[in-house]
Amino acid sequence: MPSLKELVQKPKKIMSGHRSCRGCGFPIIARHILRATDKPVVVVNATGCMEVTTTIYPQTAWQIPWMHNAFENAAATMSGIVAAYNFLKKSKKLDKEIKFVVFGGDGGTYDIGLQALSGAWERGDNFLYVCYDNQAYMNTGIQRSSATPVGAITSTTPLGKIHKGKEGDRKDIVKIACAHNLPYVAQTAIHNWLDLYNKAKKAIETNGPTFLNVLSPCVLGWKYDSALTIELSRLAAETCYWPLYEIEKGVYKINYIPQNKLPIIEFIKHQARFKHLLNKENKEILNQLQRYVDQSWENLLKKNQPL
Amino acid sequence: MITKSKKTEVVFTGAEAAAMAMKQINPGVISIYPITPQTYIAENISKFVADGEMDTEQINVESEHSALSAVAGAEAAGVRAMTATSSQGLALMWEILSVVSGLRLPVVMNVVNRALSAPINIHADHSDVMGSRDLGWIQIFSENPQEVYDHTFLALKLAENKDILLPVMVCQDGFITSHCSENMRVLPDTIVKKFIGEYTPTNRLLDVNNPITVGPLVLPDYFLEIKKMQSEAILNALKIYLKIIKELSALTGRSYDYFEEYKTKDAKAVIVVMSSSAGTARQAVDELRQKGLKVGLIKIRLFRPFPYEAIAKILQNIKIIGVLDRAESLGAQPPLSAEIKNSLYGRKSMPIIKNYIYGLGGRDLTVEQTKDVYKSLLEQKQQKNSIEYIGLNT
Amino acid sequence: MSKNRNIKTRKIKINPGAILKSDGSAKFYHTGSWRNQRPEVDFKKCIQCLMCANYCPEDCIPVVNDKRQQTDLNYCKGCGICAAICPVKAINMKRSRK
Repeated sequence: MPSLKELVQKPKKIMSGHRSCRGCGFPIIARHILRATDKPVVVVNATGCMEVTTTIYPQTAWQIPWMHNAFENAAATMSGIVAAYNFLKKSKKLDKEIKFVVFGGDGGTYDIGLQALSGAWERGDNFLYVCYDNQAYMNTGIQRSSATPVGAITSTTPLGKIHKGKEGDRKDIVKIACAHNLPYVAQTAIHNWLDLYNKAKKAIETNGPTFLNVLSPCVLGWKYDSALTIELSRLAAETCYWPLYEIEKGVYKINYIPQNKLPIIEFIKHQARFKHLLNKENKEILNQLQRYVDQSWENLLKKNQPL
Repeated sequence: MITKSKKTEVVFTGAEAAAMAMKQINPGVISIYPITPQTYIAENISKFVADGEMDTEQINVESEHSALSAVAGAEAAGVRAMTATSSQGLALMWEILSVVSGLRLPVVMNVVNRALSAPINIHADHSDVMGSRDLGWIQIFSENPQEVYDHTFLALKLAENKDILLPVMVCQDGFITSHCSENMRVLPDTIVKKFIGEYTPTNRLLDVNNPITVGPLVLPDYFLEIKKMQSEAILNALKIYLKIIKELSALTGRSYDYFEEYKTKDAKAVIVVMSSSAGTARQAVDELRQKGLKVGLIKIRLFRPFPYEAIAKILQNIKIIGVLDRAESLGAQPPLSAEIKNSLYGRKSMPIIKNYIYGLGGRDLTVEQTKDVYKSLLEQKQQKNSIEYIGLNT
Repeated sequence: MSKNRNIKTRKIKINPGAILKSDGSAKFYHTGSWRNQRPEVDFKKCIQCLMCANYCPEDCIPVVNDKRQQTDLNYCKGCGICAAICPVKAINMKRSRK
């Protein structure tokens, strides 16, 4: 198992100079996942923050093969690339082992890209799909997606006189992934770099379609002091808002159970997208969010099969 | 010229012809999604792959949008990739049509022309391909299974030419061509292999030692230049097309000019039409010529890029033209008619041009109806800007 | 302060389809011009745990021979993650446009 010293000094796959916002989560996610393998990697990006900020023509931050096609077809595009790879391997025109990773935001994964992703999963196409979940369509200006939690303010679920933020709980993409009987599915986060590394390594090395759901704190979308990116990820795990767990061949394992589960208010109080939930008049929405977190956590604990 | 004995005579439908051509090309990846009337292409390919007669990796995708996306990924990765579709499938992948063309990926796609909904209809109509005529795909129309077969190879050679690098659609009429058997000839595998050559793209995602970035964001400062390059490429295709068809003609003995002219030299009236109805019109010409009426026919093969100059030349002495469109451009001139009129712009004396819409949603065009069109054209004295619908039940 | 190279004045070869070599050319854009605070590292306090380099979104804390170097101010956007994550508070964010 490599040390942090080794990981940090690996050759760069993504150069500095990309135009992500200060304190953005996705550059950390992409770097940590791609350093989990030393084999050559081909990356496909769905349209979104990662794609737009790393490839403004004529500059590219990427030092590895990278493709962007459109918004909802990252998984389908990668299916084509993997098929081409399989063809070349079978006809002995290629002998290298190459790994394939797709990065898509929550918009491009939970919503518009779900069909293509489901198709690729059902076909068993051999690639890792990483969803960097910043919980809204951030690139287009912070609009709600099906990953947006209840109560969050976005530009399409604004704080108004009648409606106050997003109504309805968010989608559980990990359950959808499990419904496809994938060999490896995991939810992870950046504050625990070892967890992220181990899961990325397992996901890349497992044969068949694998899925990682990673929380990506967004400074402009969640509206917080940019220095808190890692701290917010940690609080998400401590409040069980974003549990760290993995499912290997259908067996659930929670990787982190907080000794003292913090109330959700500890996570949301730093973020202006939830500021209105600190008011007494919005108590019911805060309770709904707490209930969603608690119920999901209880269900997860029931499924947990520690060794 | 290759001796005729080396060619095999077969009886194929248009779908089987397309599938046979794809089989002989033996691309790296084919993505398959069924839609009537393209389905037999998909099924034939699947059987070839299942029997190990093709080395192709077949991807059974979950929608046409994913079909073309997967093909785009495979081409960018560095292998030949093909697919086939119709109507709503083409409409669904419309977004990716423009991506594939913009990324300059040399994809060849067989399109079996079927009407676009609504109303939903599964029969022959050109509305699907006309809806995508502006996107930078080269468009070739096939009259019969033989042409479908030949055009698929022509399309591949055209697409992969280093001065073009654009995707190509090979079109055929749904059911009329795709489901009806005709005599045709297939080429031996070795001849096909030699003609299409090996696929050697300069930039490949799977060449990890020379990594590339495909599909960056281009802002207003560079977008125009990149689009201009695309425009120059499709115009290059006009000249390069002539070179490639010379090579193909030498192998097959058949011709593939931009268009086919039939008895137009002394014609008083000429019909311009595309695809299978050219066969109907040819018979009408023959029957009327026997009665002494001087009529002729032009069948357009290459629709994009449109051969304006060549058309203008062939029509220069024709006084009366009837343009038959199998699709409407609702609210404007029908597509083929617009292009014919564009070709003739600037001429000192303009011919009479009459617009006809026929065959929408698979309505049959008969020889008798075509003869009536010719007779009506011969009686035209002045330009009337109305569109006539052939076979309309009032 | 670093200067941004004006890309438009550079004559570049445009490839068909806008395909680029993955050569990390974004490095010519110095995002350091964005910041309004700058990290100052007290190397006497620094225990070289490398958490800062691990988490910098810009990957602009060079590590040579297992030791972190001065932050590359050409790219530092001044987010403050390095200061917040440092276990010994060896990094201080100073308000500065440079």
